[in-house]
Amino acid sequence: MTRLWTDAEDYGPSMEAIDSDIMDTVLSEADGFDPSSYTESDVRRALSGDPGIEGFAALLSPAAGNMLEEIAVRAREETRKHFGNSVCMFTPIYTSNYCQNNCVYCGFNIHNKIRRACLTPEEVDVEMAAIAESGLKEILILTGESRARSDVEYIGMCVEKASEYFSTIGIEVYPMNTDEYAYIQRKGADYVTVFQETYDAERYAELHLAGPKRIFSYRFNAQERAIRAGMRGVAFGALLGLGDFRKDAFACGLHAYHLQRKYPHAEISFSLPRFRPFINNEDRVNQVHEPQLLQVSLAYRLFMPFAGQTISTRERPGFRDNIVGLTATKISAGVSVGIGEHSGTEHGDGQFVISDPRGVDEIADALRQHGLQPVMTDYVRL
Amino acid sequence: MTDELVIGGHRFNSRFILGSGKFSLDMTRAVIENGGVEMATLAVRRASSEGEGNILDHMPKGITLLPNTSGARNAEEAVRIARLARELGCGDFIKIEIIRDTKYLLPDNRETIRAIGMLADEGFIPMPYMMPDLSAARDMADAGAAAIMPLGAPIGSNKGILTKDFIRILVEEIDLPIIVDAGIGRPSQACEAMEMGCAAVMANTAIATAGDVASMAKAFRMAIEAGRLAYLSGLGRVLEKRAEASSPLTGFLEDR
Repeated sequence: MTRLWTDAEDYGPSMEAIDSDIMDTVLSEADGFDPSSYTESDVRRALSGDPGIEGFAALLSPAAGNMLEEIAVRAREETRKHFGNSVCMFTPIYTSNYCQNNCVYCGFNIHNKIRRACLTPEEVDVEMAAIAESGLKEILILTGESRARSDVEYIGMCVEKASEYFSTIGIEVYPMNTDEYAYIQRKGADYVTVFQETYDAERYAELHLAGPKRIFSYRFNAQERAIRAGMRGVAFGALLGLGDFRKDAFACGLHAYHLQRKYPHAEISFSLPRFRPFINNEDRVNQVHEPQLLQVSLAYRLFMPFAGQTISTRERPGFRDNIVGLTATKISAGVSVGIGEHSGTEHGDGQFVISDPRGVDEIADALRQHGLQPVMTDYVRL
Repeated sequence: MTDELVIGGHRFNSRFILGSGKFSLDMTRAVIENGGVEMATLAVRRASSEGEGNILDHMPKGITLLPNTSGARNAEEAVRIARLARELGCGDFIKIEIIRDTKYLLPDNRETIRAIGMLADEGFIPMPYMMPDLSAARDMADAGAAAIMPLGAPIGSNKGILTKDFIRILVEEIDLPIIVDAGIGRPSQACEAMEMGCAAVMANTAIATAGDVASMAKAFRMAIEAGRLAYLSGLGRVLEKRAEASSPLTGFLEDR
């Protein structure tokens, strides 16, 4: 049997264990989820009011997959009620692509022969200045997961630098301890994104072969440590398609749901990354095409209507332009995933290939054409 | 006879306070004109930086700004946002929103009472968004609130005045303008609030989610005016079966 790495005993010496039962609750609730057991009438019931956990399950079922139009009408209503027609814009900046992990699906995998780079403080400054020129006020700082090459002080430096140019700063880096998140928060970041990738601990162990990331539970509790450290908001994501996407989306929703119940002041959002179907893949059940991706997004919207949703640049413009306002509330623009690419001095390779190369003005125009308003700032640093 | 709304010594002819942020900024002027709006809220968190999309650039001259403290989780944060609003040139009115719940966005009355005192001391005109509770409203009045803004239903829910009986108590007992703040989803509900004796109505989502936001603003204006006129006219008695005895119960009295 595959070793699962879900116990605190597996933690490395520097990994903080916190007293929390959220992971056990989520995994046990998710374990009982049988997508095939739901019918059209279960989905209708979920659409008639607050769906709750049972309705969320129904909305993720194959039965709901045949009712997307009906579900979309309800989802759009909820998005409008909670967010009006506003859509936040941001861009990610990749400052380092060194990584200690061996994750079989990832471009930054330690064994991949790519050009590695870690921007110097001066280079970070040049990159951020180039991004700020576009008028964006929100930035998401990303690195590969290497505490050796991009340590907490390095990330703190990036955040501090970002605060000179941007009003809203988030990080998407390796999971940290509470005191480290508190340090980053003091430097100026208030949002933390961590993708669990898959919530199936067995599948997780098969995909994450080496490196600190293989410790499933340390990663799972990252958002809770971030909230305890004083971060204002946390984002969740399952890389849909790595495992059974319905079960992963269900567990991801439950993860956010239970954390929000425990910390009701926390701002919650979801990201919607997917593992694209590829030719000759025989696992047709788990493939996430656009209808499946939309279904997950609709289910998140109806289950937690107040939560934000971010749509990735991995999706094509036509999909992104239509999912914002319907379910998504945040969109990236002017994205460059290479290290140093914003300022035209790329010297490290990207993690993945983007499908929407449009700049900030183009995305803003597309939003307006769809009757939406681009929002650059929706945050006050307190 | 003029029927002015007076808040913190400032006089208004309109009793329709517009919420902003949920519809496109370039619609702001048309909504304000159609709604006859004289006071509009804005989120400081949306106005806190320069560049495109700053709501302050879209507010017509002559509008009284009512900046809100959305994003504040306690009194101290509300005070910091209020000061920022003042720095941005938004004036002294401040709508206090202190929320520690991202799901329902329900207000924290206790922290709000604390914030009112701190803000009143700094010369602000505090208008607190609150859960309709008589004791809390009295404390808010004592702390220096210029109006009380109870919610009718959760923000954005469009459910109407679910807290009607409690708002009615505030109207009767508190000597400050009572302004229904959240939950109003249609003009008839705004009209109902005004018939009850509320001093004004605030609406945002109801306008923003309408098919035609500008004409919905006009519908709200008309409903609010109608409700106000009904209140001032004295609503007719509603006859109920059991209350109307055919012969008087006190007709036997002599020696009057």
